[in-house]
Amino acid sequence: MIIVLLLLSVVAFTIIQLPPGDYVTAYVAEMEGDRGERLAESDVIALRKAYGVDQPMYVQYFKWLWKLSHGDFGMSRQWQRPVIDLIMERLPLTVMISLFTLIFTYIIAIPVGIYSATHQYSIGDYVFTTGGFIGLATPNFLLALILMFLFYKYFGFSVGGLFSIQYMDAAWSMERFVDMLKHLPIPLIVIGTAGTAGLIRVMRGCLLDELRKQYVITARAKGVEERTLLFKYPVRVAINPIVSTIGWTLPSIVSGEIITAIVLSLPTTGPLLFQALLKQDMELAGSVIMFLSFLTVVGTFISDILLVLVDPRIRYEKLA
Amino acid sequence: MKLIKDKKREISKEEEFYLASQWQLMWRKFKKHKLAMLGGTILAIFYLVAIFSEFFSTEDIYIQHLEYIYAPSQKIHFFNEEEFHLRPFVYGLKKELDPETFRRTYTEDKTKRYPLYFFVHGDKYKLWNLFKTDIHFFGVKEGTLFLFGTDKLGRDLFSRNLYAARISLSIGLIGVALSFILGCIIGGISGYFGGAIDTVIQRVIEFLISIPTIPLWMALSAALPKKWSPIKVYFGITVILSVIGWCGLARVVRGKLLELREEDFVMAAKISGTSEARIITRHLLPSFLSYLIVSLTLTIPGMILGETALSFLGLGIRAPAVSWGVLLQNAQNVRTVALYPWLFIPGLFVIIVVLAFNFLGDGMRDAADPYK
Repeated sequence: MIIVLLLLSVVAFTIIQLPPGDYVTAYVAEMEGDRGERLAESDVIALRKAYGVDQPMYVQYFKWLWKLSHGDFGMSRQWQRPVIDLIMERLPLTVMISLFTLIFTYIIAIPVGIYSATHQYSIGDYVFTTGGFIGLATPNFLLALILMFLFYKYFGFSVGGLFSIQYMDAAWSMERFVDMLKHLPIPLIVIGTAGTAGLIRVMRGCLLDELRKQYVITARAKGVEERTLLFKYPVRVAINPIVSTIGWTLPSIVSGEIITAIVLSLPTTGPLLFQALLKQDMELAGSVIMFLSFLTVVGTFISDILLVLVDPRIRYEKLA
Repeated sequence: MKLIKDKKREISKEEEFYLASQWQLMWRKFKKHKLAMLGGTILAIFYLVAIFSEFFSTEDIYIQHLEYIYAPSQKIHFFNEEEFHLRPFVYGLKKELDPETFRRTYTEDKTKRYPLYFFVHGDKYKLWNLFKTDIHFFGVKEGTLFLFGTDKLGRDLFSRNLYAARISLSIGLIGVALSFILGCIIGGISGYFGGAIDTVIQRVIEFLISIPTIPLWMALSAALPKKWSPIKVYFGITVILSVIGWCGLARVVRGKLLELREEDFVMAAKISGTSEARIITRHLLPSFLSYLIVSLTLTIPGMILGETALSFLGLGIRAPAVSWGVLLQNAQNVRTVALYPWLFIPGLFVIIVVLAFNFLGDGMRDAADPYK
């Protein structure tokens, strides 16, 4: 975990350093451009020294890392506020939406996968498979646009945002929460569709493999009731690969959340990152990416633990 | 004599399976997968049109028809009010301006009829910057032809979509080519040598896969200098897309190599003193090339979607270059789209192409192991 964190910090630092020029050149350009001030050469050098950008890259990196470990993520140029505050305002919503989406994905994908596998080549199976394919092929932002378009056309209102106007800046309360739940379905559908489609395919495939195995036939021959038989054995086995794919599902959900949030203008980290990138506010952008990736890694780690809980065979393998 | 001949034919039919090369068997199995064939055909058409986009388009994509802003698509007719015409035609557009809302509405002007012709002379262009000509696949000799309508500057969206196809479709291919090289080299090293190198590479791949791609792509492409020419940006985006793309491939290569490393023919090659690079490229790579191709086919749609998303946000390909994502930028505002739904057409193309790639990849995956 520590190593992963360090690697992440390297990536984030690289992103911050990517745009040509450094903090001071940007600052000087701003001073000269916007306010018409001229800075003397000696002032620029003094500034460079003060911000430490004249030092070699690795020294800068370790200084930056040192600050990070004390909770100091630097200042956002665009907002003139500490980066950590900005992120902490929006991150909980991102996490919440991602979690809801994950749950949504599983609630839909597992039953549908079971249905498709037990009713292979039925009309329902074809409908779900085709729908799944289309869901996989539609980019998130396009789906968001199409849904917004349909809602706008047939119900005459815009579905962007996560809160109604009166709750936009209000403190958390029961009403605000309910209001949010009302806005939640569209982002959930948009972000969850691709993941759901993928999971349905995995679930269907795994379950089909399981159903062909000998023990199912044996159980059936012994007169185990079909429903008990299905849920007690093959479904349990088929769920394992699904749990282990959280590691891939989570990054794609976070990715989807970012882009959907931009289109639907949700108050999460997506638009924050987008604006920061457009304004080349790299301190903010790098930190956002670092936080997002870190959460994803943590999520994957938790899913590994879950897998051990769900699938006892893994523990035995390690013991042996 | 005849009997022997018949016998021979029978045998050959039976043995055909064993005599056919691996590729022949794969092709036979692939042909049975109807959806994959369909996907392949669709893709072939799309790529053909994309390669010759200047020829298939009806207009120069930068010409602005200021009198036809946000014109709807003109439908191709075979019938006018009473009779059938063998030569299809479009009606002219009549514009009316709503005096209160200033909204333009276009209606078909039944009095003006513009027949369509094949191989008409139209706007001049240079095919691939080499051949100067002005022949277009089809078009009208007079009047206007907006099959997909026009955008806010009155530019023909049909032609723009075709040009966009070239960039959107090729970016996937070039990106995959890059990922292919990276994936093969890194996965090859990892799988062939094993041990500590393998562990390090695998950890790095796991780490890269765990980073959410879109934010990373966004950050990298936002860092491309603003002054870059469209071509430089294009290659920059391709490189960015393949930063993550190679990981999956490297895993496939590694897994297969680990399997094959223990085979006898590798041992034989080693004993006869073949160099390791040669063993990898001559003996190991060909034996799992089919898996590689499948993996590649399934990587392309991700790249196309990535490019579209980035360009849609304004971080990818930039105007004046056109890609489907750039065209979709026009559709960002719901109110605009509600009035001019034809702005969604590029999105439809993206979905079709990605679907086709998925079908193709599925069929190829089934065909990849013909001995099963």
